Amino acid sequence: MKALTFTLVSEPPERLDLSPLTPERLAGKARRDIAKIPVGMSKRGSLVGDLFRVAGTDASNIVFEGGSGRFDRLAESMQGGSIRVVGSAGTQAGRAMRGGALTIEGDAGPHAASCMRGGRIEIQGDAGDRLGAPLAGELAGMNGGIVIVRGRAGASAADRMRRGLIAILKGAGDYPGSRMIAGTLVIAGGTGEMPGYLMRRGSILLDRAPKKLSPSFVECGAPDSVFATVIDRYLVREGILKRPLLGSSPKRYGGDNAVLGLGEILFPQ
Amino acid sequence: MPKLKRTLQVNGVKIDDTFAEAFGMRATALLITGPNRKWARQAAISMTGYATSVIGCGCEAAIDVDVPASATPDGRPGCRVMVFAVSTDELAKQVLNRVGQCVLTSPGSACFADLTGVAELKLGTSLRYFGDGWQISKKFGGRHFWRVPVMDGEFLCEATAGLTKDAVGGGNMLLLAANNANALAAAEAAVAAIGKVRGAITPFPGGVVRSGSKVGSKYKGMTASTNDAFAPTLRGVTKSELGPGDNAVLEIVIDGETSDAVAEAMRAGIRAVTELGPEKGASRISAGNYGGKLGKFHYHLKDLLP
Repeated sequence: MKALTFTLVSEPPERLDLSPLTPERLAGKARRDIAKIPVGMSKRGSLVGDLFRVAGTDASNIVFEGGSGRFDRLAESMQGGSIRVVGSAGTQAGRAMRGGALTIEGDAGPHAASCMRGGRIEIQGDAGDRLGAPLAGELAGMNGGIVIVRGRAGASAADRMRRGLIAILKGAGDYPGSRMIAGTLVIAGGTGEMPGYLMRRGSILLDRAPKKLSPSFVECGAPDSVFATVIDRYLVREGILKRPLLGSSPKRYGGDNAVLGLGEILFPQ
Repeated sequence: MPKLKRTLQVNGVKIDDTFAEAFGMRATALLITGPNRKWARQAAISMTGYATSVIGCGCEAAIDVDVPASATPDGRPGCRVMVFAVSTDELAKQVLNRVGQCVLTSPGSACFADLTGVAELKLGTSLRYFGDGWQISKKFGGRHFWRVPVMDGEFLCEATAGLTKDAVGGGNMLLLAANNANALAAAEAAVAAIGKVRGAITPFPGGVVRSGSKVGSKYKGMTASTNDAFAPTLRGVTKSELGPGDNAVLEIVIDGETSDAVAEAMRAGIRAVTELGPEKGASRISAGNYGGKLGKFHYHLKDLLP
């Protein structure tokens, strides 16, 4: 079967809520019914058919030919299958995802992978602020799965992250891993200020020493770490990194001792 | 013992037309790594110590194969260790005790699961408590690890280990020779050959058993006693299986991840013994069985000839 393809006809005139366009929600739907799904967020109320040319039948394999910063809530709560965006996405891409694969070939807006629970998101461009973080009022951010950002990420990536793995390959903004509960955050390319600010548990793996660390972190030396070797090899094997990040004896800082203090920041000596 | 026919011969070594009788067991496999080969093996040897027979040790265990650094998850030399027991509960208890006392304690060691099975035994999930609250859980790549702080850094341990119910214990070969030196040479050749078969172990000291047993005893409470039919000093006073020139017998006991692994190991062992020949090694190969009453796995020597 051919992938169910949404070809963007013109730039959307309003922000779109694309959360209805996931494999499980579109399974068994005819193309003419899909075209009638409302996706516009303003009183204009655009339908799928107003913006996209729909082709193909395989709802488990969805392709958006063309993207936009107005594509919000892409793949929200997706449970399986795949969605590929040939272009950029707006806010909350892959939010609360539980399974399957989301690939964004351009940039993603803020709150990508927010509260994600499973599956895999790959953003080939940059990600906005608060990658994997909770929305206001929510207690925990990303809770499982894997996120790869081939470009940069904005501020507060992995805020209140609880489980899973986020890899950012060209640097992150300020406060990456802030208030982390657990999980693993990998950042190559440098970070902004205060990585791990108020983190309780979890691991932040950096490719270089952080420029500015909260004073409530303490140095723990650089003992041999089998974990560092194992995760290095995993990241290279999965094609996330091209070369090992940490080496066999990374330097370790423990913190944030302003809170629970069971987190760690590792970087090569 | 069933009546034997001695009609087969390979390179001058007689092969009894009999079979080894084996039984189903529970098993798991672990990959133990260390900072170098010496310390990987040291952890593995300690962990598999006093694990020769389920009759008295609770489990049977040994190093299966050495694993090169290029094939381990952490890029360090490792040993694949197999542990066999008669029940899931006993296996779980033995594995946990042995990893906790012998691998956790060994310098620079790490412990990975190396078998995917029908169930999972607790490993790091229980051992993590040694970390006294400082232990760290890590899940990635479909695996779950526990990192336990220790005095030389961290002990990395997989959370669980796979259990197989398809394992087989009790594959065996009896090597009959003119003297002890020849019997030992044959046994060493067989053990070396079996050591190259992945998924099969020889749990006794150096892979060799001198005290082959029969089921039961004249003494109350003894579940096994000496295999008098193959004890040369009893030739003539008991119903012996030994010929006039057979003065020493050694047994190789084999446990396998699968029945095929046991068969392959026995085939490798028989080939090594027959290649050595009767002048330097065994003059006859036999096998232990209880007439088919002990277990459902039968390995006929005639089917395993090189």
